[in-house]
Amino acid sequence: MASALVSNLLSPVVLAFVLGVVTRLMRSELQLPKDLYTSLSIYLLFALGLKGGVELSHASVASIAGPAAVTLLLGCITPVTSYLVLRRLGRFGAADSAAIAAHYGSVSAVTFIAAQAFVVSVGEEPEGFMPTLLTLLESPGIHIALAIGVLQAGGGQPLRETLHEILTGRTMILLVGGLIVGFLMGETGWHAVAPFFDGGFKGALMLFLLEMGIVAADRIGDLRHVGRFLLAFGILMPIAHGVLAAGLGTVAGLSVGGSTMLAAMAASASYIAAPPAARMNLPTANPTYYLTSALAITFPFNVTLGIPLYYEVSRAFHGVG
Amino acid sequence: MHTATVSLVTIVAESVLLDHLVDLLREHGASGYTVHDARGQGSRGRRVGEIPGDNVRIESLVATDVAQHVLEALSVRYFANYAVVAWVTDVRVARGEKYV
Repeated sequence: MASALVSNLLSPVVLAFVLGVVTRLMRSELQLPKDLYTSLSIYLLFALGLKGGVELSHASVASIAGPAAVTLLLGCITPVTSYLVLRRLGRFGAADSAAIAAHYGSVSAVTFIAAQAFVVSVGEEPEGFMPTLLTLLESPGIHIALAIGVLQAGGGQPLRETLHEILTGRTMILLVGGLIVGFLMGETGWHAVAPFFDGGFKGALMLFLLEMGIVAADRIGDLRHVGRFLLAFGILMPIAHGVLAAGLGTVAGLSVGGSTMLAAMAASASYIAAPPAARMNLPTANPTYYLTSALAITFPFNVTLGIPLYYEVSRAFHGVG
Repeated sequence: MHTATVSLVTIVAESVLLDHLVDLLREHGASGYTVHDARGQGSRGRRVGEIPGDNVRIESLVATDVAQHVLEALSVRYFANYAVVAWVTDVRVARGEKYV
């Protein structure tokens, strides 16, 4: 555990993130230009989709069926467990509980990429179709949680509109589009574009994480407003979901690396697709709660301590270590 | 040059509302609009710009009665739960027939 943890804490991704946090705590004016931040996210998501699509062209339907089924199952379980814990134990209102649950039911693509970088760095070989699972987990959790919230608390726009917005949002278009393009172009096409999409990937990820550190540190002041329960929730709920996913991934036949990545996905909280969806559907929910817990608590926890933990749990489920 | 008096509706709002506000203007008969990115702080403090993406400032030239209906619709749909500021100014424009 200790060596995996140290290797993660000293990884380029985590060091860049910490630098971002320190930068903001020092009150530096450093900030990535908004357009660069958007460009980097487009590059990372499209590269992820393309590479995943190429790998998908080698995979058999039988090998994906089990992992895809448990991924969808997780997408249905995690928003409900999050909602129930917040509502029953945390005594949050229906709208706040559902809005936060929408974030924890969905997935953070950057956490996924960080988990991928980690498992590869410790010598694991995760399944190439993992980005496909990422796309499966993006949407169901948001919809289930928002539907619960709208039924319990009344809501804003029709959920049909939200479905359209999520399916046509940047993340889904780039990931699904990248998967299709990668699948069709295969290895030959990939070799032609790999110098750009593979060669620059880790460097781009570092820059992106630098900005994520700045964004997360911006919200540190809000930690005072969210209360101790949400602080604990932002760490313990991901651990519970991560352990569940590592177990289900192992049962579905994923490798240690694949199970770790599935665990990181289930443990992560969306902060790109979920916030606008929650804002439009549950306007009475307080954005400070869901943005602070997803960005300032869960994301930093997952990229520093969570991912190595899910790795060790996955190893234990596989009877290794 | 001949000018006519029409109403300039200006709305500053959190950016997630952009498509909805444009729909609202269209519903009430606005023939066009201009959108700018906007930054600032209001009575709701940081909440205005909390979700990634700055605020937006939307401007539209409309007939006076349309401006009134737009403000009423805004107040019913958005004022309670969203950071929205809106105002109307009388302006003199060339080719006034385009906007009424």
